[in-house]
Amino acid sequence: MRIGLFVLGLIAAVYAAAQDASFTPEQAQRYQRLVGELRCLVCQNQSIADSNAPLAADLREQVRTQILAGHSDDQIRSYVTARYGDFVLYRPPFKPTTWLLWLGPFLLLALALTVAGIFVRRRTRAAPGGEPDREHLRRLLDEESR
Amino acid sequence: MIPELGHFALLAALAVAIIQGTFPFVGVWRRDARLMAVGVSAAQAQFVLILIAYACLTWAFVERDWSVAYVAANAHSQLPLMYRISAVWGAHEGSMLLWVLILAGWSAAVSLFSRSLPADVQAQVLAVLGALAVGFLLFILLTSNPFDRIFPVPEDGRDLNPLLQDPGLVIHPPLLYMGYVGFSVAFAFAIAALIGGRLDAAWARWTRPWTTLAWLFLTLGITLGSWWAYHELGWGGWWFWDPVENASFMPWLVGTALIHSLAVTEKRGLLKSWTVLLAILAFALSLLGTFLVRSGVLVSVHAFATDPARGVFILTFLAVVLGIAFALYAWRAPRFAADGELQWLSREGLLLLNNVFLVIAAAAVLIGTLYPLVIDAFGLGKISVGPPYFNAVFIPLTAPLVLFVGLASAVGWKRARWPEVWPRIRLALFIALGVGVCLPWLLHRHIQPAAVAGAFLALWTLIMACEEPWRRWRARGRRGIAQIPRAVWGMTVAHIGLGVWVLGLTFVTLYHIERDVRLGPGQSAEVGAYRFELQSVTPRPGPNYDADQALVVVTRDAEVIARLKPERRRYRAQGTVMTEAAVDHTPLRDLYVALAEPLEGGDWALRIYFKPMMRLVWLGGVLMAIGGLLAASDRRYRLARWAAHPAARIDGVPA
Repeated sequence: MRIGLFVLGLIAAVYAAAQDASFTPEQAQRYQRLVGELRCLVCQNQSIADSNAPLAADLREQVRTQILAGHSDDQIRSYVTARYGDFVLYRPPFKPTTWLLWLGPFLLLALALTVAGIFVRRRTRAAPGGEPDREHLRRLLDEESR
Repeated sequence: MIPELGHFALLAALAVAIIQGTFPFVGVWRRDARLMAVGVSAAQAQFVLILIAYACLTWAFVERDWSVAYVAANAHSQLPLMYRISAVWGAHEGSMLLWVLILAGWSAAVSLFSRSLPADVQAQVLAVLGALAVGFLLFILLTSNPFDRIFPVPEDGRDLNPLLQDPGLVIHPPLLYMGYVGFSVAFAFAIAALIGGRLDAAWARWTRPWTTLAWLFLTLGITLGSWWAYHELGWGGWWFWDPVENASFMPWLVGTALIHSLAVTEKRGLLKSWTVLLAILAFALSLLGTFLVRSGVLVSVHAFATDPARGVFILTFLAVVLGIAFALYAWRAPRFAADGELQWLSREGLLLLNNVFLVIAAAAVLIGTLYPLVIDAFGLGKISVGPPYFNAVFIPLTAPLVLFVGLASAVGWKRARWPEVWPRIRLALFIALGVGVCLPWLLHRHIQPAAVAGAFLALWTLIMACEEPWRRWRARGRRGIAQIPRAVWGMTVAHIGLGVWVLGLTFVTLYHIERDVRLGPGQSAEVGAYRFELQSVTPRPGPNYDADQALVVVTRDAEVIARLKPERRRYRAQGTVMTEAAVDHTPLRDLYVALAEPLEGGDWALRIYFKPMMRLVWLGGVLMAIGGLLAASDRRYRLARWAAHPAARIDGVPA
């Protein structure tokens, strides 16, 4: 039964070869975005949009029929993750194991800006003191040499 | 016989590298000028020896010597000569040989062109480069010898990976390696500064041209790689945030930060220890990239565990090199105290901000690249981190950066005040905003907020890049322009490149149209304003493949725009199928057709893409590299060579 379904899906995929004629423009956009965000599991780091592998064609067809059946993006995503796990999503879900992934860069930015801020504050207060104003001197010398 | 000669030359090179990595250090320690001078001749001898080894391997490929295992695995009797020569770096062993050849090349270049350096600094720099060469030569000889023979000798080779049989791939790896390995010079200068305890404006001035050269090669390498992927992989993508791409992008980001912080260190004597840290990090990321690409860890954590010899070697090497570097840094860097004040609203303040964003952007790429590996290694599940993640995180981190690039050109060194900065940026800001709103409408009759933001940032960068030449023109006319040093031209051209790049990136990302269609001969499909008609598909044999070549005629308003001939090739030796896309391009748009697969009834699946401003993305990369070349050839670096008396070195005031 399952294999039969799979073969049917394959045939449908080959026939359709993604003729997006039946989509509304808004659906076509959703389709492009979704197939670009799903990983082809038998390829070396390719999305199902970019792959020519039969499995990718099957999955593209799944996305197509589900969009036409009126399913939302989230419903389609949870359908494929139920089948293939989080590995299939190029946009990793936001959950405890990926908190660091999503928030890490911004936490680091906040930290780096704070450190840089403290550094500059200290440097601003440290009056230039005895250091000769080289830039100014250079300008004067430049002016003279012209 | 020839391969054995190559193997022997590599062993000899190892011996010379050991001498290069030790004698000059001893010389510096004992203040023995003769021992210090060993570095120069050892660097040159090492380069010649590795060149001999490299020539021997090339000879084995040209002569189709199937008794050499590496040649048999990566060439074929029908493989054209050009690809037999480039096949030398087509797989692991040979590309590591290319890596050490380039390392030796940089080392020899330092020995030739840094004669004006104080003898002890040059000796230390060459010794660090020699020590690095020891590590890589040991890696090749112990785990990846390209000269190994096989018996029985196969009848024919297994052919070069068809993906690599493309002119773009002939020069992509050498350029990329020139960049990767080039950062070893900046690294060596940093280590020499830490050991010698001397880090002044002169140090920054010696390091700058080498860093800029490495950076420009890396820029060209990445640009070419993107161009190659676009043409060869058949899905119209030019950047996929693939770990292998990220491995080259991280050193590029940190290298860009390094170029700018070196400018601050040279001109203002600030951010010294930060500059040294960046020099270490840029090379560390190059090494990490090598580890990621070469250890198999990217394919799967488990692939790494099954054949760990290479991965463990590189990881150990990485740990040793970085361990020593960071330990030295922790010990010596605190003595490089800054002397001078720093304001946010000054060129150095904005450059510091630019550094923060660039380094955090690199950290984001690093996190995204390594996160799936770490999660998997801890048994917390398998996840994929792909373009949607990187775009979501990377764009907010880099958009402010682009804003600061334009602002920094209008702000002088030391200290600036809004009342003097504002008149300089006012006009550019309004023009960029106005044109930024109009451009998406004029070109695509559809305004997206992201397109306006991108176009604004691009135009702002473009206009502000020309600010300094413009100011000099207004002040002194043609004489003012003629007096602009090459370094300033370099900055101008590179920033124009950045603007062009942002413009291309914005429009191709937001306004591209992709369609997968099924066409029989005589049928056509419409994409945007263009009609693509498939006229015929005919067989066409190549030297080592058989191809189906389609003829697709593109028309717009019944006028023929292009006749495109995409191919689908089957390589005979391995039976691999490759697509060869056909592209018609103008500066404002690409029309891209790839033959995907044959369907029943003589129909074909085709991928048709409309990509606005695609060329600008690569043009931007090339302009940045040209800017780098101009900056690296600035007169004051050549002057520094002639003014070799000690007094000239203490004074750090730039010309």
